Amino acid sequence: MNDRTEALVEAVVSARREGRPLYISAGGSKRNLAGRDCTATPLDVSTHTGVVDYHPGELVVTARAGTPLAELEKILEQHGQALPCEPPGFDGRATIGGTLACNLSGPARPWAGSVRDLVLGVQLINGRGELLNFGGQVMKNVAGYDVSRLQAGALGTLGILTRISLKVLPRPEQSLSLAYDLALPEALVTMNRRAGEPAPLAGACWVAGRLYLRLAGSPGAVAHTAGRWGGERLGDDAAVWASLRELTHPFFDGPEPLWRFSVNPTAPMAGEWGPMLVDWCGAQRWLRGAQDPARLQAAATQAGGHVCLFRGGDRSGEVRQPADPVSRRLQLRLKQAFDPDGILNPGRLYSWL
Amino acid sequence: MSAGGNTLVPVSRSELLRRLRRHLPPDAVVEDRESQRPFECDALTLYRELPLLVVLPETVDQVQTILRECHALGVPVVARGSGTGLCAGSMPHPEGVLLGLSRLDRILEIDPLARTARVQPGVSNLAISGAAAAHGLYYAPDPSSQIACSIGGNVAENSGGVHCLKYGLTVHNLLSLELLTVEGERLTVGTQGLESPGYDLLALLTGSEGLLGIVVEATVRLLPCPETAQVVMAGFGSVSAAGDAVGAVIAAGIIPAGLEMMDRLAIQAAEDFAGAGYPRDAAALLLCEVDGTREEVAEHSERVAALFRELGATSVAVSRDEAERALLWKGRKSAFPAVGRLAPDYYCMDGTIPRGQVSRVLGEISRLSGEYGLAVANVFHAGDGNLHPLILYDASDPGQVRKAEAFGARILELSVAVGGCITGEHGVGLEKLQQMPSQFTEAELLQLEEIKYAFDPRLTLNPGKGVPILRRCQEYRALPARHRHE
Repeated sequence: MNDRTEALVEAVVSARREGRPLYISAGGSKRNLAGRDCTATPLDVSTHTGVVDYHPGELVVTARAGTPLAELEKILEQHGQALPCEPPGFDGRATIGGTLACNLSGPARPWAGSVRDLVLGVQLINGRGELLNFGGQVMKNVAGYDVSRLQAGALGTLGILTRISLKVLPRPEQSLSLAYDLALPEALVTMNRRAGEPAPLAGACWVAGRLYLRLAGSPGAVAHTAGRWGGERLGDDAAVWASLRELTHPFFDGPEPLWRFSVNPTAPMAGEWGPMLVDWCGAQRWLRGAQDPARLQAAATQAGGHVCLFRGGDRSGEVRQPADPVSRRLQLRLKQAFDPDGILNPGRLYSWL
Repeated sequence: MSAGGNTLVPVSRSELLRRLRRHLPPDAVVEDRESQRPFECDALTLYRELPLLVVLPETVDQVQTILRECHALGVPVVARGSGTGLCAGSMPHPEGVLLGLSRLDRILEIDPLARTARVQPGVSNLAISGAAAAHGLYYAPDPSSQIACSIGGNVAENSGGVHCLKYGLTVHNLLSLELLTVEGERLTVGTQGLESPGYDLLALLTGSEGLLGIVVEATVRLLPCPETAQVVMAGFGSVSAAGDAVGAVIAAGIIPAGLEMMDRLAIQAAEDFAGAGYPRDAAALLLCEVDGTREEVAEHSERVAALFRELGATSVAVSRDEAERALLWKGRKSAFPAVGRLAPDYYCMDGTIPRGQVSRVLGEISRLSGEYGLAVANVFHAGDGNLHPLILYDASDPGQVRKAEAFGARILELSVAVGGCITGEHGVGLEKLQQMPSQFTEAELLQLEEIKYAFDPRLTLNPGKGVPILRRCQEYRALPARHRHE
């Protein structure tokens, strides 16, 4: 009863026939995040749910795209496993499909990878209404182009995800967090130096004048490293990591625009920016408030990356940095390769896509 | 005529030569047949072809010019790194240019704080780790050809190695690429951060076998060298007992840095070759490497050894120092050449299977071995399910060549049938093109073809490899016929 594949294929076929674009949605947790507003007719995939295959010994789980993350994680937890990329659950509303489409990951991202790094295979419906399978349920697979990982961050513009296979890992045996009072420039250097040491580092963030490091792994390794690195011990349930993962830290409160920089982890990005929160060992930096996009984009480029208006602000305009002409042409052609009539989430990623 | 809208102009070899010589130093163009011989195949020597010309540019600008000229003339371009590939992916096109990138071999920058290396495509895999070692860092993916294989080729094939389960494939260890399109336009793919702004072209390009663009620079992630590592070796009386032991390690919550299995023939060949102390009487051998801090390695190697004993291992040994660890790996790493001594030639297969199916698959391979009358030794990346059966044959006997190919095809189809795939890390190239329909439906193949057209509308980048072209195959086949040769 939870398999809605046929109905979803039919929905795409008729939408294409009628020239009626679709906006793919399930839990709605990311409607106002990551992408632009999409005014197309909503297509609800939230009833297409269920874990269809799970072999703990193979470290692989396969679920229908509308499966809530919370449900998936509960099943993994029973076998001592987890999605190591720590995607946000957003009060139980986040689904595995939306998580892959938006490629959202938590503070473990620099060490554990993102959903993009964990995805082994997908089944999707392209804009021609064809049900296609790419990748599989094995760790290594180089037959054909990597269509599965291409879905990460594509915001549903290349296909409606219907089934996803992911690599899962054992939960760490133990974790422990350390905190230090440090200004941002020193914190950036410290966290990156620590990341270059052989140690079970699994989180590094800076917020409000404090550097937090998380150790996760075998008890001996965690204890030994904590002894070496010093700092204030916060125990294994330090709330800061969950509040970064779920965007519930007070830094994220309120309606002001939320900008996300993805940059070289060591970039100083000197200058007056307003309140900033640094995660991912420096590679992800959050900024609040009304800002001049051109100024932010110039700074992001300088820092080896890009900036996105992640939440709030004007979501009818572009929320991402402009793509250069060659990249834009290739992305447009890719879009046409999957969705020649532009009926899947039009304008969600870029206005021209 | 062509999807790109431009009609291809017939081109002669001399016209192509004249145009390329304008931009390239004399020794960068190889035109005589004898000097071209070393480029006629990759490490899968079953497939050979000579190109129209071999070009060996020294700069990115030269690569760009070559691509522009070839694009203008509609000449196929096949990129080649070190030629260590195992799927005939860089076998030349008879009507095309073989673009050798081995002279682009500079390490441009190591950033120890950001833990990245920016390198040209011809830099060898091992050279990156060599350059990073001074900072206590290394590049994790380690295909068995790592002494020679180039990072450009690693990107093209999404190369793995023995440490994939814990450290990932090439795609997990890349940050950005400098790419030249088939038209010779330059594009940066990926960033110095972790997220792509639009489509994840980095993921799409990795493993695309030179069909979508030419990589002229790569920025890779470096990891801190583990403090220490230890290998636990165990012999088992049956393949299924060894398979169960692999599952038990994973179920215990341990992710080994490497977990390798060998069958009896591979064990004996490797032991004769390397004298690593492998139990010659075992039906299956496991090598389990754990790495990390000293505490972690001590905890894990003890648990793994105990698990192996509980599960009926006939012998268990734990490396006591670096020399012992290196010796245990020497046997495994020399398994291919060691098996190579048992017969004039061997044909290395590359299917991936769900780990739990290993016993069934090896049983079936053994049965097929009898059916075809060809011996087979099995080397298995047990941690990630990647199986390398080595089929022994004699290439001078056409009957045996046909049998080896047919046997290999059956193994790949078997891999798909048990829920796996036809290639884990070697790529499709020319070799596995015929098996693509056993893994993909026609609609799926057409979707892959559309991706190819998006990047290369006239199908001149490494044509005839990787993805079978179904829809417009007649136009494609007509392409070479339009060229005239002297």
